[in-house]
Amino acid sequence: MKAIRAAEGLLTLSQQDELVDLPNYPLSASEDEGDSDGERKHEKLLEAINSLDGKNRYKLAERSEASLKVSEFNVSSEGSGEKLILADLLEPVKTSSSLATVKKQLNRVKSKKTLELPLNKEEVERIHREVAFNKTSQTLSKWDPIVLKNRQAEQLVFPLEKEQSAFVPIEHVFSGWKARTPLEHEIFNLLHKNKQPVTDPLLTPMEKASLKAMSLEEAKMRRAELQRARALQSYYEARARREKKIKSKKYHKIVKKGKAKKALKEFEQLRNINPTAALEELEKIEKARMMERMSLKHQNSGKWAKSKAIMAKYDLEARQAMQEQLAKNKELTQKLQVVSESEEEGNTEEEETLVPDVVNEVQMDANGPNPWMLRSCNPDAKEEEKPMDSEHLPEPVAHQFSESEEDERPVAEEETLLKEFEERRALRKRSEFSQDAEPMGSRETQDSSSQEVLSEVRALAQRLNKGNLQSRKQRVTSTGTVLQVQREEPAPEEEEPLLLQRPERVQTLEKLEKLGKEECSQKKELPRPILQREWTERNPNNQPDASKGKKKEQMINLQNLLTTKTPSVKSLEVPTIEELEDEEAKVQKQMIKEAFAGDDVIRDFLKEKREAVEANKPKDVDLTLPGWGEWGGLGLKPSAKKRRRFLIKAPEGPPRKDKNLPNVIINEKRNIHAAAHQVRVLPYPFTHHQQFERTIQTPIGSTWNTQRAFQKLTTPKVVTKPGHIIKPIKAEDVGYRSSSRSDISVIQSNQKRLSGHHKKQLKKSSTD
Amino acid sequence: MKVKMLSRNPDNYVRETKLDLQRVPRNYDPTLHPFEVPREYIRALNATKLERVFAKPFLASLDGHRDGVNCLAKHPKSLATVLSGACDGEVRIWNLTKRKCIRTIQAHEGFVRGICTRFCGTSFFTVGDDKTVKQWKMDAPGNGEEEEPLHTILGKTVYTGIDHHWKDPAFATCGQQVDIWDEQRTNPICSMTWGFDSINSVKFNPIETFLLGSCASDRNIVLYDMRQATPLKKVILDMRTNTICWNPMEAFIFTAANEDYNLYTFDMRALDTPLMVHMDHVSAVLDVDYSPTGKEFVSASFDKSIRIFPVDRSRSREVYHTKRMQHVICVKWTSDSKYIMCGSDEMNIRLWKANASEKLGVLTSREKAAKDYNQKLKEKFQYHPHIKRIARHRHLPKSIYSQIQEQRIMKEARRRKEVNRRKHSKPGSVPIVSEKKKHIVAVVK
Repeated sequence: MKAIRAAEGLLTLSQQDELVDLPNYPLSASEDEGDSDGERKHEKLLEAINSLDGKNRYKLAERSEASLKVSEFNVSSEGSGEKLILADLLEPVKTSSSLATVKKQLNRVKSKKTLELPLNKEEVERIHREVAFNKTSQTLSKWDPIVLKNRQAEQLVFPLEKEQSAFVPIEHVFSGWKARTPLEHEIFNLLHKNKQPVTDPLLTPMEKASLKAMSLEEAKMRRAELQRARALQSYYEARARREKKIKSKKYHKIVKKGKAKKALKEFEQLRNINPTAALEELEKIEKARMMERMSLKHQNSGKWAKSKAIMAKYDLEARQAMQEQLAKNKELTQKLQVVSESEEEGNTEEEETLVPDVVNEVQMDANGPNPWMLRSCNPDAKEEEKPMDSEHLPEPVAHQFSESEEDERPVAEEETLLKEFEERRALRKRSEFSQDAEPMGSRETQDSSSQEVLSEVRALAQRLNKGNLQSRKQRVTSTGTVLQVQREEPAPEEEEPLLLQRPERVQTLEKLEKLGKEECSQKKELPRPILQREWTERNPNNQPDASKGKKKEQMINLQNLLTTKTPSVKSLEVPTIEELEDEEAKVQKQMIKEAFAGDDVIRDFLKEKREAVEANKPKDVDLTLPGWGEWGGLGLKPSAKKRRRFLIKAPEGPPRKDKNLPNVIINEKRNIHAAAHQVRVLPYPFTHHQQFERTIQTPIGSTWNTQRAFQKLTTPKVVTKPGHIIKPIKAEDVGYRSSSRSDISVIQSNQKRLSGHHKKQLKKSSTD
Repeated sequence: MKVKMLSRNPDNYVRETKLDLQRVPRNYDPTLHPFEVPREYIRALNATKLERVFAKPFLASLDGHRDGVNCLAKHPKSLATVLSGACDGEVRIWNLTKRKCIRTIQAHEGFVRGICTRFCGTSFFTVGDDKTVKQWKMDAPGNGEEEEPLHTILGKTVYTGIDHHWKDPAFATCGQQVDIWDEQRTNPICSMTWGFDSINSVKFNPIETFLLGSCASDRNIVLYDMRQATPLKKVILDMRTNTICWNPMEAFIFTAANEDYNLYTFDMRALDTPLMVHMDHVSAVLDVDYSPTGKEFVSASFDKSIRIFPVDRSRSREVYHTKRMQHVICVKWTSDSKYIMCGSDEMNIRLWKANASEKLGVLTSREKAAKDYNQKLKEKFQYHPHIKRIARHRHLPKSIYSQIQEQRIMKEARRRKEVNRRKHSKPGSVPIVSEKKKHIVAVVK
């Protein structure tokens, strides 16, 4: 290898020599140096002269060692292509041990790295700045959540820092306070006398002592006791409340009875043990009796009793209840002579002698102590009997009728009959139809053998009743109609004639009868499909076949929804609604009808719609020029052929949106006047038009919202208090810990450190 | 016979005092109160119109200075006290409630360049063209005493601005460099510099008090950290920034008033893009001050008007001007956030309402409720064209109006030119630069 390299080196050298041969005499002059000192000096002089010349200023380094590469100006070892390594130098020293220490030192030097060049000042400053910036941004980023919170806050109230109401113990507040007024002096004197301490703890020595007196166990026991008592009380209260809440009357009755029994038992016991106490008790009972006599509590004169009396005719229970009450009254008002008799039997005779005979006699008769009781009891008894009778014979008229068929009919039918007769009575009261109705009634009684006929008559009567009402516009109270409706309920088959009735027709009896018969046979064709449907719905069982056939016709035609009249519905609803309404409303309605008699709203609407449709239709363009190619002038029209030829037919536009909506006109044109008030572009924070519309559509005013909601909806975003200084936000305000050191102290400490550092550096440099 | 009477609980209809409103039972069934949207729309329209009718923002003019007002300062503890420095070196202290000057000091020779109050409100500092920093007592000197500063520091160069630390007894001045001074010493404890141009103004961050911002004549805004005694970052804009103001509620937000008629709101952690470019002025913006609530700021401009911007809007919500008001040099928002003061070239300080149509004084609860309701209605219907038009309408002096038109034309022309250039050059070679990025030249680390 070395040989090759050497050969290469020689080659290059020779080449260079050739290159160098080209004249450059300062170099050649330097080559043959070493001849003499004089020559050298001479050369230097020459050089100096040359440099003065200014053309050839570069300094030529002297060549002092052998080199493979010889440059024309400079000589260096670079050309060798190899760096001088420490190991190469040390190789020959291997053997000599005296140089081992040197070698070691050299090795150590080799292991150490060389110091890098210090960065320039700007670079250093830049790095400092960057580090400092990162640090500050980090400290600032702690504010991010707060800033975000404040930006999104529904409401911000400034100033932010709350004035903290510090709770100072009262002693501290009053430490600087002195009594001034005489009253205050007096109070303080009193306090001092009682050794009432003014400062904490506010207990007198006595109180302290008493506090100390009770031992711990004792206190514990006492507390437990109290706790138990409290718990018991609460249980008891809860139970009482629960019992009080029970609504069952029976339960309460039983409870009351139980109480009464108990009281009686106790009374018995008491009599045995303590007669005087028993006497007192007796007096109490007597007093209660007197009170009962004075009051009308169980006299069957109250609201409940009266209602029961009415019901008693029909209801067994009501009767029983009434009797019970009367019994109770008797019981309560009865003088407790039993007690007195049993107490002292011997005295009774004496008493009897004292009491006048008449009174006693009466008492004996009535099985009661009081003659007045008799009088009060008797009418009740009569009343009691009356309903019993009336059940069988409610009225003399009904009596005849019901007697004939009493045996066969169940009780329910009797009742219906009763109602019927009542109706008839009502009928009779009416002046006009009283005569007509009577023969009918008589006829009924004659052929009352079959039930069907009876029901028919009933229906007739009802219809008559109603027809009468409408034709005469007689005022019937709402309660009356309600009653009627109720009566109709038990017999559902009677509703169909009701549905079908038309007031105008039911004027004469003949017609009535006819109608009734038709309905009974149930084969009448219903004129209006809607009616028919309703009717079939009501009693689907009766005529399923007939209704099926007609149902298809009953589908509502949307197109004709407006044009078809609905009188059938009217006839259905009129009787019930009109009767329910007040007279005033009726009059009002009538007036409105009269006032707008000429208005046909529906026709107007249809016309309007037709016009709108026409107006929006695309128009044909007629391009005929009259007189062009033929005679023109007044009274002359262009020929039909020509017109046909020059008429440009407008293309048919898209179908109207309200094509299938008969009662709607949709205007597809934009209204310019409205557009001026409308938002054209979706505003920024909203992403969808529905969002925006929703915000607009929710009202915020107090007209639509409750007071609280209104207040909530109108809370302002920023609230400032007038006259309050708003300070910049502080770390303490939002719960952060602010740095304890002031900025100035930080600077100063930094500077000290820096200056110390500087001093050290200075020292180092001086020692070096 | 028992007569049954209708009876009502008097608590339901009797009012406690005659000053109370009659209690009216109300049915809120929506079917009974139809047309809620049209009705509320009309109410909103009326509220907007009334707002414009009652918009009378100008409150008072404080005159007394004998030269243009160059700087203003708020008192940190008293709402009624305001300090102002004029171009003839005079400092005046005003009482706003009386609208009178209560004290006059000939503080400097030449301009009063800056004025600031100490955080406790006992003294204030002024810097002037005579290379001095002077500390003054807030209270007037007693009888016979002379008006003299507490301390005077004579510097080597002119100071162009001053601001006091929000907590510590330290203040910062600017001029050739930013100096931070301890009040007790005559030498700055720390001076920071970056670049060689003169610095216009320096402002302490009110929340993270060790932060400072300054703006220099070489179009840059530099941020400093006082604790680490080093500048942090520098952003270079198109044109010179006259002053900056930190948001008092958001520690890292500040707004810069620029010569190019715009204001820029920056997040100091990301200076390469401003958060918002606020444009509406038609001349250089000279001063800016935040509302203490941090939601809005007011800017004073060379175009003889002041404008109020919401922080998150690029367009102003209000513009104030009067015939006599000349170039507005300084502006301040009072610390109760109700009023705005501006000092202008023609020697007057003007007091404005921050909310032009606001009723001053105590409001009854009903008035308050009505006000809130109207405000909400206006907010709700603000996008409707009629209401928007009425709410936005402002009368402007002819000079401003015509300049706005002119600038609109110029802007449109520029836009058109750019579009044309983009159209006729290789796709992608003319990139679309957003308005926000357009004005930032560079960010230097």
